[in-house]
Formats: sequence, C-alpha cells, structure tokens
Amino acid sequence: MRMTVPGRCSRFVAVLGMAFLAVAAIGPLAPAQEATPPDSLRIMAPASPGGGWDQTARFAQAVFRETGIIPGSVEVFNVPGAGGTIGLARLVSTERGAGDLVMISGLVMVGAILTNRSAVTLAQTTPIARLTAEYEVIAVPADSPFQTMDDLIEAFKANPGAVSWAGGSAGGVDHILVGLLAKEIGVAPEDINYIPFSGGGEALAAMLGGHVAAGVTGYGEWAGQIEAGNLRALAVSAGERIPGVDIPTLKELGINIEVANWRGVVAPPGITAQERDALIAAFDQLHDSARWQEILAANNWNDFYLSGDDFADYLAQENARVEQVLRDIGLVE
Amino acid sequence: MDTLKLLWDGFAVAFSLKNMLWALAGVTLGTMVGILPGIGPALTVALLLPVTFGRDPVGSFIMFAGIYYGGMYGGSTTAILLNTPGESASIITALEGNLMARRGRGGAALATAAIGSFVAGTLATAGLTFLAPALVRVALRFGPAEYFALMVLAFTTVTSLLGGSLVKGLTSLLFGMALGLVGIDLQTGQARYTLGMLEMLDGIDVVIVAVGLFAVGEALYAASQLARGAPEVVAVRGSIWMNREEWRRSWPAWIRGGLLGFPLGALPAGGAEIPTFLSYSLERRLSRHRDEFGRGAIEGVAGPEAANNAAAAGVLVPLLTLGIPTSATAAIMLAAFQQFGLQPGPLLFQNNPELVWGMIASLYLGNAMLLVLNLPLVGLWVRLLTVPQPLLYGGILVFATLGVYSLSNSLVDLMTLLVIGLVGFAMRRMDVPVAPAVIGLILGPLAEQQLRRALAISQGDFTVFFTRPISATLLALALIALAGPALARIVAARRRKSRVAAM
Repeated sequence: MRMTVPGRCSRFVAVLGMAFLAVAAIGPLAPAQEATPPDSLRIMAPASPGGGWDQTARFAQAVFRETGIIPGSVEVFNVPGAGGTIGLARLVSTERGAGDLVMISGLVMVGAILTNRSAVTLAQTTPIARLTAEYEVIAVPADSPFQTMDDLIEAFKANPGAVSWAGGSAGGVDHILVGLLAKEIGVAPEDINYIPFSGGGEALAAMLGGHVAAGVTGYGEWAGQIEAGNLRALAVSAGERIPGVDIPTLKELGINIEVANWRGVVAPPGITAQERDALIAAFDQLHDSARWQEILAANNWNDFYLSGDDFADYLAQENARVEQVLRDIGLVE
Repeated sequence: MDTLKLLWDGFAVAFSLKNMLWALAGVTLGTMVGILPGIGPALTVALLLPVTFGRDPVGSFIMFAGIYYGGMYGGSTTAILLNTPGESASIITALEGNLMARRGRGGAALATAAIGSFVAGTLATAGLTFLAPALVRVALRFGPAEYFALMVLAFTTVTSLLGGSLVKGLTSLLFGMALGLVGIDLQTGQARYTLGMLEMLDGIDVVIVAVGLFAVGEALYAASQLARGAPEVVAVRGSIWMNREEWRRSWPAWIRGGLLGFPLGALPAGGAEIPTFLSYSLERRLSRHRDEFGRGAIEGVAGPEAANNAAAAGVLVPLLTLGIPTSATAAIMLAAFQQFGLQPGPLLFQNNPELVWGMIASLYLGNAMLLVLNLPLVGLWVRLLTVPQPLLYGGILVFATLGVYSLSNSLVDLMTLLVIGLVGFAMRRMDVPVAPAVIGLILGPLAEQQLRRALAISQGDFTVFFTRPISATLLALALIALAGPALARIVAARRRKSRVAAM
C-alpha cells in the first residue's frame, strides 16, 4: 500500500513538532546544522521502476539504510505517469503536511509541468536538496561532414530545416538545449527540425544509421559510442569540462549556454520548519557519506549538491528559464 | 573458430555451480512474473537492481537474462488457459491457444508453446552467438521510412483476423487505433483525447486493453450465457501431450517463427509483438488446415510463441553490440551494465569477454532449464480448466484486476479496464472480432510516429518510402500480401474459364 494513514504515533510526533515550533518561535532560532534526520522516511519516485528518478530513490534508500542516517524504515514507492506530474499532484494534495516524505524531482519535471499544463507546480512544494546532474552532449554520426561545432552551427544557420536533430521527448531536456542553442545563435526556435524519439536507444540507432544530422542526449548514454569512435561529440552542456572527458563545453566555444539535467528532492507543502530542517539534515549527511560518492561515480552522475533556500532560489530560476524556451519553441502558449 | 573457443570459455563460466544457481533463480522468477499480467520481467529486474549493487556482475547478469527469457515462457500459460495474455507479445498466442484449450487440447497448446520457445530460443541464441555483428549492420539501415514500411506490412496481418464481416473487422481495428491516439503526442508534446485527465497523458497501456477485451469481456460474456446452460468444457481430450499429427504441424512453425522473430527482434525499434503478428499470418497462409484457424489451430500457437522467444534473443543483439536498448527490460539491463561500470557496445566484447560469453552460454542453459521446468507443469496447469466455470471466470476477473492494478497502482487504470471490458463484452455480443483492436492499438501509434519522423527528416518529401530499397521492398511485400489472395482467385477463375472454353 502506498498510502499510510497517520497513526497515533506520528500524530504525537506532529504535536511534539508544533510544541517545538512554538518554543522556537519564542526562543532564539536553532541553527539548521543541529537538526537531526527524521526517524523514518518515505521516498516517492514519480516514475516507473528503472528510470533515473527511480534509481535515485532506490540508491538513496540503500545509503540511508546502510549508514543508519535514518534509524527507522526507509520506503520507496512509485507513482508513475505524465512526466512526474501525477506524483506531484499527489504530493501537494493528499500528502500535504506529511513530514516523513520526499519526492524525487528534476529538470524534466519542470518542463512536464509546463507542457502538460499541470494544475500544481513545484512552487507549491517545499524544496529540500538538489542531488545530481547529468550533462548533455551534442554529437554527430562518425561519417558526418560536420567536424566541429562551428560546422554544425553554420549549416544550422544556413538552412535550419535541413539539420534534423534526434533527441528525447518533445519539450524534454534535449529539446530545451536545441531551443536555447537556436536562440543563442540567431535561428528562429520554431524553425528547428527536432525529431523526438522515445528513450535513448531509438535515437542512438538513428544516429548510428546516419538517419539524422545531429543528436542531443545525456553524455553518459552515448559515452561508449563516442569512445569507440562511432559518434563524434562536438560539445557538452556543462559549465566547466567534465572531469576525464575530452570534449569542449559550449561556453568554451563562445556559446553562452549551460544546461544540467539535475535531479533533487522536494517535500510536501505545509510541513513544519523542524521537519524541513530534519529532511535537509538527512540529505546533507547522505551527501557527505562515502557510499553516496561511490554510487555517483559508478553511475556517472555528477555531484550537484545544493540544499535549503539556495535550492529553492535555483528552482525558481530554472522554472523561468525553461518556461521562456518552451514558449519560444512553441510548446507552451 | 574464435567464437567457438570464446563460447566454450563462456560455458565454463556458466556451468559453475554458483552461476547455475543464479540462472535457475532467474528462470524460476521469470516464469512466475511472466504468468501475472502487469508484472513483467522489466519491473522485476528494476526492483532487483539495487540489491545486486556491489555483487558479482557475472552472476547478476546470468540471473537477469534468466528472468528475461523466463518471462517470455510464462506469458503464454495464462494466454492459452485463461485467455488472459500476460505480456503484449503473447496476445496472438491467446487467439488460437485458448480455442485449443476449450477443445481439450490445452495440454498440447502449452507443450507446443514450451517446446517451440525452447527450439526458437536456442536457434536465436545461436544466431546471437554467430551472427550478431553482421545482423546489427543491417539493422542500423532501418530508419523511420523503413520502420513505417515494416508497420504497413505488419498491418496486413489484420486481414487474416477480420473474421466473417469486413465492416465489423475494420470497426474493431479503428477502435484500437483510436485508443492508441490517447495521450501525449510524442512528436509535438501535445495531449490528445485525454479528457483533461493527467492519468491519461501516458496513453492507455496495451496490457489493460488486451486483458480488458480478452479476459474481462470474455468473463462477462460467459456469465451472460451461464443461465442458458454452460457449454461443456473438456479439460483433456485424447492424450495430454502432443500427438504425432500435432508434432508434425508444430515443428515447421517453430523454425519459421524463430527465423522471423530473431532478425525482427534485433531491429532497434522492432520489439517482440510485430514478429508474432507476422508469424500468425504466415502460418495461416501456409497451413493446409486453414479452416482450423479461428477454431484452435496448433500452428497459430507454435509460430507466434517461437517468434516471441526468438525476438527476445534478438533484442540482446543491439543491446550487447551497440548498447541500444529496444525493450523495457533491455533498457533496465543497460542501466545495470552502467551500474557495474560496464559500457555495452563495441568495446564490451573486448573488455569483458567473461561476462558476455558467460551470459550467452547461460542463455542456452536457461532455455534448457525452462523446458525442464515448464513441461512437467503442463499436466498441472490444464487441471485449471476442470474448475467449474463460474469459479474459473470469477478467478480470471480477480487475476486480471490484480495484474492491471500492479501496473502502476492506479485506480484510473482499473476503471479503464472495466470500461474496456464492457466494450469487449458488447463486441462479443455483436460478433465483432477483438483481435484487430489490439493490433490497431499496438501498430497504430508506432506507424504514426515513424511516418511523421520520416516526413520530418525528408522535409515533407513522400518519395522516401519508395526510393529507399528496404522500404520499397517491404511495401511491395505488403501489397502482395494484400492483393495476392485476390489475384490468385482471379487467375484461378480465368484458368477454369479457359479450361471450360477449351472443352
């Protein structure tokens, strides 16, 4: 069962929490570092098992359990559908005020909220922490005439329709990057010939078969093909070079774009400041653990940690930026 | 004979006691999840993935591969006995398989499915061993235009499923295609026919429609007929095993199914359903017992079941050689490779020969284990049919509901199942065939996306479908499949006439 009826015990904790709040309101504010992680935690993966959000949830669960950061139970459950907006709707409605719950979120959800015209948004949640990032790579088939990013941009400027771009779903991170690129170099975003593929596999097959001119995806997905020389990487969307990866960043090439496909966690609205601090403390400790760093390395996830108010500010900025791009591409009115 | 040497080393890895236990665990688990509609191998591997972190990658992959193959075996059992396909690749199996079960040949249907899966699975694993690099070069030549042409060819299968009335058959097909339109349009990101419900944005799952139309519709129809006296169901008529005639009719279908399933499964956007459609229509055309199709023809079970298992092996070709996942399970296995720090693709065979060849060898082993595991169970399974009808259909409803709920724990899914079940009931009452609807639902959206992709890449130029050789060939085959029987009839009629004239 996914729904847990708040028992007498958690109600007691809630009362205790409110009492604390009252004390905190009168007395001097306790610094956040002193908060201790909650006794138990539920993690919602707003997607089917197997995807990036689900894996993030399950690895966090493993670390919380193994290290004992959270002494009690740590449960992962999936609420899949509609780019995560079904899970989000659950979080802000029926789970409102649940202090023992976080939901995995990310840039993909920011886009899905806008394109699905979701009634609820991330602004209604309580941001906890940003965890990981994967950077995008722009690549061409090995026998492509485009040797450098400049070659590709020149062709793209000359005849945008003739440069077909393979990537993930319409309005997703890959599409957003192509939209930002078009804007930056002065191509009308509505002229982009973007071909959405479901999942990284189909797009990769189209690239290897030379059926499209260029492609965009998370660097990790195509890393093997790039190393083997079957694809030629022209640029990555990171702010600085990805450690151990010899591909120029867009910024190095004079294109002022940085896109990180980030993932993080948010909590339901209406939780107390203590509950929020406890959740932030839990993820602070998770981030500091050696086990988490090991998992990041094994999965090729970049550490992108930011918590509390800083993360809330970042979220607001990302939302504004994504909304503008999706408007330019014509996916959001 | 480098490959043989490597395969030999692989068998040395697979036959270690530890890895054989991993394989046994995998195939057993896979068979069990394959039987339940909803829970499939993809979900199972995803849930096991974090548990295997930091453990032995070879053993883990041997288990994952076992789950994958086992799931394909399990899916046919409920399709044949309960008319409830466990996976979308066993929908076609349900058509003739369930009819056979009602004629008392359920044991033979289960046996031909199990042995056919073994034969085709082994054949396809051999293909994976020796032909993978060559096959993958051909597969990559398939772009959106070629896929669209392949879908058109697969659509011609419908002609053998339309039943007595063309109008009724096409209505069913269009109903399925209309259901396929529900959800976010992949090409533009816009929602279509979602009735403003978030839950509808991802479309309607094929499993819900198949289970609704087949199992729920069937159960409701049976309930409505009970008052008029239940039709007699004979669990076993004649031998429980396949008789000599059934063997003779099965084995060519197994081979053809395997030959069709493996290369189509290896296509990066192929999947396991399309080969089952094509195999069914091929068997029907070639069969000397064409009149038995629609009443329970064994070729109609043997061919598609062989095809879906061969396709399962085919899926491993792009996964291992290119790192391209072409099914949900393959996508999760790719995530598993990455978790173990392995990069599937051209370098995997060089860098990790022990893992790759150990896994391939374990596929031969797993196939044999599945046969040993499944054949003795046939006798047990067919007893299900001796359960009194009201209880049996009640059980099917519970089973179908549980399976669909397990898809994403969604109440909306259950409501959808009920509505589609009622539609399925109405279709049976009015004698409208349900199979074309399922084919329309699977092929419709795929064909639409590939058509639009092909046209976007060519910037609106329709000639790409005819100027590209593979696409043109496939379209020509589709034309022959459609017009062939009609032409043959005309030619035969002419000949008869001229013979009459000559007399």
